Amino acid sequence: MATKKKSDTKNAANPALDRELLHSMLVQRRFEEKVGEAYALGKIGGFCHLYIGQEAVSTGIINQLRPDDYVIGTYRDHGQALARGVTPRAVMAELFGRIDGCSHGKGGSMHMFDRHRNFLGGHGIVGSHVPLAAGVGFAIKYRGGDQVIVCFMGDSVVNIGAFHEALNMAALWKLPCLFVIENNRYGMGTPVEKAAAVDDLSKRADGYKGMDGIVVDGMDVYAVRTAAAAAIARSRADSLPSLLEVRTYRFRGHSMSDAVSGTYRSKEELDEYKCLDPVFSLRDTMVASGTLTVAEWDAMDAEVVAVVQDAWDFADQSPEPPAAALYEDVFVDTTS
Amino acid sequence: MPIITYREALNQALREEMSRDDRVFLMGEEVGEYNGAYKVSKGLLEEFGENRVVDSPIAELGFSGVGVGAAMVGLRPVIEFMTWNFALLAIDQVVNSAAKMLYMSGGQFNVPIVFRGPNGAALQLGAQHSQAFESWLSHIPGLKVVSPGTPYDAKGLLKSAIRDDNPVVFLEGEMLYNTKGEVPDHEYLIPLGKAELKREGGDCSIIASGKMVLIAMQVADQLAKEDIHVDVVDLLTLRPMDVEAIRASVRKTNRAVVLEEGWEVCGIGAQVVDYIQRDCFDDLDAPVIRVHQEDVPMPYAKGLEKLAKPDVAKSIAAVKKVMYRS
Repeated sequence: MATKKKSDTKNAANPALDRELLHSMLVQRRFEEKVGEAYALGKIGGFCHLYIGQEAVSTGIINQLRPDDYVIGTYRDHGQALARGVTPRAVMAELFGRIDGCSHGKGGSMHMFDRHRNFLGGHGIVGSHVPLAAGVGFAIKYRGGDQVIVCFMGDSVVNIGAFHEALNMAALWKLPCLFVIENNRYGMGTPVEKAAAVDDLSKRADGYKGMDGIVVDGMDVYAVRTAAAAAIARSRADSLPSLLEVRTYRFRGHSMSDAVSGTYRSKEELDEYKCLDPVFSLRDTMVASGTLTVAEWDAMDAEVVAVVQDAWDFADQSPEPPAAALYEDVFVDTTS
Repeated sequence: MPIITYREALNQALREEMSRDDRVFLMGEEVGEYNGAYKVSKGLLEEFGENRVVDSPIAELGFSGVGVGAAMVGLRPVIEFMTWNFALLAIDQVVNSAAKMLYMSGGQFNVPIVFRGPNGAALQLGAQHSQAFESWLSHIPGLKVVSPGTPYDAKGLLKSAIRDDNPVVFLEGEMLYNTKGEVPDHEYLIPLGKAELKREGGDCSIIASGKMVLIAMQVADQLAKEDIHVDVVDLLTLRPMDVEAIRASVRKTNRAVVLEEGWEVCGIGAQVVDYIQRDCFDDLDAPVIRVHQEDVPMPYAKGLEKLAKPDVAKSIAAVKKVMYRS
């Protein structure tokens, strides 16, 4: 699990990159805090799974991708969408169920999509999207491209059949897929050790010839970034899949209806992980190394808070989809 | 006009569409080197190579998901299920992924995919290999469901299904693969969503699809000898269903019998009857009768299996009943 030991992969010599990564993570953090508020006010309905605590995973990996690469994920998808460049306005409007949402109000929290950013969605059935990722890898190889697909999934996915079927085919057919397990230690409220008959989830890769299994500290954005860079390069150059287990932690409940702590996990455990906060750890490192002043941090935070407030205001005034939209998008009216 | 089998007609459709569009590929169990469990894909590996005719592991959920993912980014997969019984393992990808993607992405990601394979009972294959799932699949918004009964229809509809930009479920029949019929040399397409009046008669409408169309035609032949003349409406596409064709026939004959391979409860025939009662209530001279599989898992023993299946005799009895004849 995550440790307090700092990764030695930290690249302090690149303050511009530090700032970019910090900004990306901070946007997700402040955004999700705002989503929590909006949910409490009834602006957002249904299931809603916050990403707070896991920002280093999305940022560290997506930062390594090209615009023509692909991203697919789970129902905990706000962070990846933002990291991929879907605007806070479009994600918030989707959460509010409005026409300007990135899925035009038809998807909601669990189904963020953005065709222009090759963001292939948040998917609501655990494990179901992993074969889709293999299919995108298949299509890339079919066309002879050098893109990759990154597939984010939770730790509970490693126990479901779809995961194994997809990884088997990805290895068998040498598909350019990076499978990322965001191991936040709990599948809803069930600890990993009660669900998986393996201690080290990355070992699942051992069952598939040619697939690398890698473990990385998910509270350290540089560690994530470095591991992702190697896996992505391997996929791009040799069309080989990798399985990256990123050990992270969510600071909020599984969904909005779930207690933050006190049931399946203790407050002490939560507090211990909060000391490893990926956003503030990077900030503190930068401040300590002199690449970021406290005033600059305050300015960045104020700017991000304003962006998120703007997203809320935008979503709030965006119209609801018209009744005519009900029967639209069931089928496309075209042939090829 | 050449006379070929249903199997050959499907093979021709695949070959023509793969030649026409290099985004089309075939994936499934035994489709390549084995030439297909039912030889529908015979010769395709040789002609198109292993990139486009892909032997998959026995992993229906996995390879159908691979198809959906590939379709999301622009390929046009044809996913073969060795039978639809096995496709239950993949139903999540058909229902939750393929059928939902366009809608839940707000129109951004269509899924141009065909899921095809034999549906319904063959002979003495027992309970797990003898099921007809058209009502399950037709229940789902976002799927088109096609069920051809003749070689001509199989070819023209499969070509249209492959060209359609939506997910299409294509139901074939083990007992149909060897049946023969006329298929022209020239290229043709049959539009999805249109039924065909395969036989014209004024006394009663028989509404059927797939293998049951063959039963319906035999029924029509036998009844003609007794001077009972029936319409045979071949639905061809179950979703979207050609309600107008059903309506037109029933308004003319005032009586209807609906044939289906599946079970009675919530079967596709129940939907047909609903359309009839909604739109033709005042036209009916008798309650509509459905002929379907008996409400039991399919038995193995030959005699029991025969009893369980919908057949010509049951269908003739149904027509006579709606006509108040004995």
